[in-house]
Amino acid sequence: MYLNKFLGLALVAGLTGAASVATAADITGAGATFPFPIYSKWADAYKKETGNGLNYQSIGSGAGIKQIQAKTVTFGATDAPLKKEDLDKSGLVQWPMVMGAIVPVVNIDGIKPGELVLDGKTLADIYLGNVKKWDDDAIKKLNPKVTLPGTAITVVRRSDGSGTTFNFTDYLAKASSDWQSKIGSGQAVEWPVGVGARGNDGVAGNVAQTKNSIGYVEYAYAKQNKLTYTGMVNKAGKHVQPTIEAFQAAAANADWAHSPGYYQILTDQPGDKSWPITAATFILMYKEPADKAAATEALKFFGWSYDKGGKMAEELDYIPMPTSVVGLVKKTWADEIKSK
Amino acid sequence: MTDMALEPARAAAEPAFDRARALSAFKLGDRTFYWVTRVSALFVLIILGGIILSLIIGAWPAIRTYGFDFLFTQRWAPSLQPTPILGALGPIYGTIVTSLIAMAIAIPVGLGIAIFLTELCPMPLRQPIAVAIELLAGIPSIIYGMWGFFVLGPFLADHFEPAIVSAFENVPILNTIFQGPASNLSLFNASLVLSIMILPFITAISRDVFATVPPVLKEAAYGVGCTTWEVVRNVVLPYTRVGVIGGVMLALGRALGETMAVTFIIGNSFKISGSLFAPGTTISAAIASEFAESDGLHQSALILLGLLLFVLTFCVLTAARLMLRRLERKAGA
Repeated sequence: MYLNKFLGLALVAGLTGAASVATAADITGAGATFPFPIYSKWADAYKKETGNGLNYQSIGSGAGIKQIQAKTVTFGATDAPLKKEDLDKSGLVQWPMVMGAIVPVVNIDGIKPGELVLDGKTLADIYLGNVKKWDDDAIKKLNPKVTLPGTAITVVRRSDGSGTTFNFTDYLAKASSDWQSKIGSGQAVEWPVGVGARGNDGVAGNVAQTKNSIGYVEYAYAKQNKLTYTGMVNKAGKHVQPTIEAFQAAAANADWAHSPGYYQILTDQPGDKSWPITAATFILMYKEPADKAAATEALKFFGWSYDKGGKMAEELDYIPMPTSVVGLVKKTWADEIKSK
Repeated sequence: MTDMALEPARAAAEPAFDRARALSAFKLGDRTFYWVTRVSALFVLIILGGIILSLIIGAWPAIRTYGFDFLFTQRWAPSLQPTPILGALGPIYGTIVTSLIAMAIAIPVGLGIAIFLTELCPMPLRQPIAVAIELLAGIPSIIYGMWGFFVLGPFLADHFEPAIVSAFENVPILNTIFQGPASNLSLFNASLVLSIMILPFITAISRDVFATVPPVLKEAAYGVGCTTWEVVRNVVLPYTRVGVIGGVMLALGRALGETMAVTFIIGNSFKISGSLFAPGTTISAAIASEFAESDGLHQSALILLGLLLFVLTFCVLTAARLMLRRLERKAGA
């Protein structure tokens, strides 16, 4: 399914690349891999409607930041937001484009999706190597009705730096002081245990292949690979399942209006229904873009995506930004980006 | 020259002129050839020098920050604030261990195949087996990685590793080397896949050099009553030593630098574990999996890792040369 999107985008990029010599500049962007499927879906539809194409290279959040700082692209995309002072230093504007969720996935014989429940502390202990077996008391206490095997847990995590890891470790750091002091959060951290796999699909593949393993992936990957996701106990102490409603509940709690530079990490949000590991993905653009025409085109595309892309996002298990936030972002564009 | 032969009269009339012209034409050709080859050779040196220089420039911030500690630090914490702690011990260990195990498997098997093909194999079978081995070299490394990930890894984890672990449970040392939960991704799996990848290098080159042994030597040995093993041991191998070691070194070079397949199946863990069934990483795997998302000191440290691999490969090649020279001297004396 993704492959089609990739091909579509490649085609779009190819066509616009050829056409752009004569016509208006096409929109170029680079960065995070997590929103790539939805960006290409939007780009496809946008191309059909307006004839303007998007050339988005999903090279990773860190590389996306580097590309926009090198001014080789019109916009950069990142899952790990930049702080306000860093934005000001480089003259960048940042805003959230779409949201998604990260879910723990397991592979244990006889356990069905959603059957197992974990909390942040236990998840952190598993990733710290403190909880080594599935029938550990910490897991048993959360799952009194589930029969757990006495086998060792194989921990699977990302080997490449990634925005998914940034949000996952951020959550673990919030949920466990032990994790906070020993490991901290970041796009690539010093994992105490586990095997590293490349990309969301690598982790998904590894968990699917390895008995008694646990991993974390974007929700869309868990769903498409039919992996056994787990439920979580959220900040309010309530048991939640990974559903669009739970993701939206977490997103609704975020106070975007009072976050300078929209710096908001959506993990461990309050609320009875909130899914604890929710994340936004961000766009970076210059306040004074070198190519004003290209910047205008890019903003048109983002505006269109906000207005008409919500349903497409939900089809791919992303969460569209609430209307109130879209209003704020559009105001930021008008106030700060000198694209005309 | 043909002109001169066909028209001897004219050639005789102006011999001095023709000869000078012909010679100068040769001279021009010679000189052009000399420069073309010399520039080609220099070009390699310039590229090599440029690569080393850019590696050093890229690695400089990491060299200044970590110095020699980089070689002996096992921690790899790129997002630690304010300064990340990065050390190359894990990747260096993984690179050396996987290469050594791969060589330990591939050398006997590879030589065995080559000996069988040249000495024992029935004629009609020789060509098909030789082609099959050489085809192994043509498979892209990512395919080996995927095969290791989807086929070999689960097989080893389900059947081989638990058996080995329980077999050596009470044997000291071996129960450390073979321990832990069965894993699809481990140093051992990576070594095994590497050994298959380098097998064709060893086999193909050994087979070619074995074929250069003069039949008269072998026939003489058989004539005085040697067994096949004795012929191989005392005639074929001593005669082809240099070529065989060359093939082995080529294979080792590939094993040290192999990236894609290893990244897929080694597990990418910077922690050094005593167990071969635990995940590890190699220098090239670490670079491949982290480079895209790295910046600042982290990226510089990855480039420094690349420089280290360069140095490691250089040392291995130098050691091989020295060994060959000593062997030659011994043979001469």
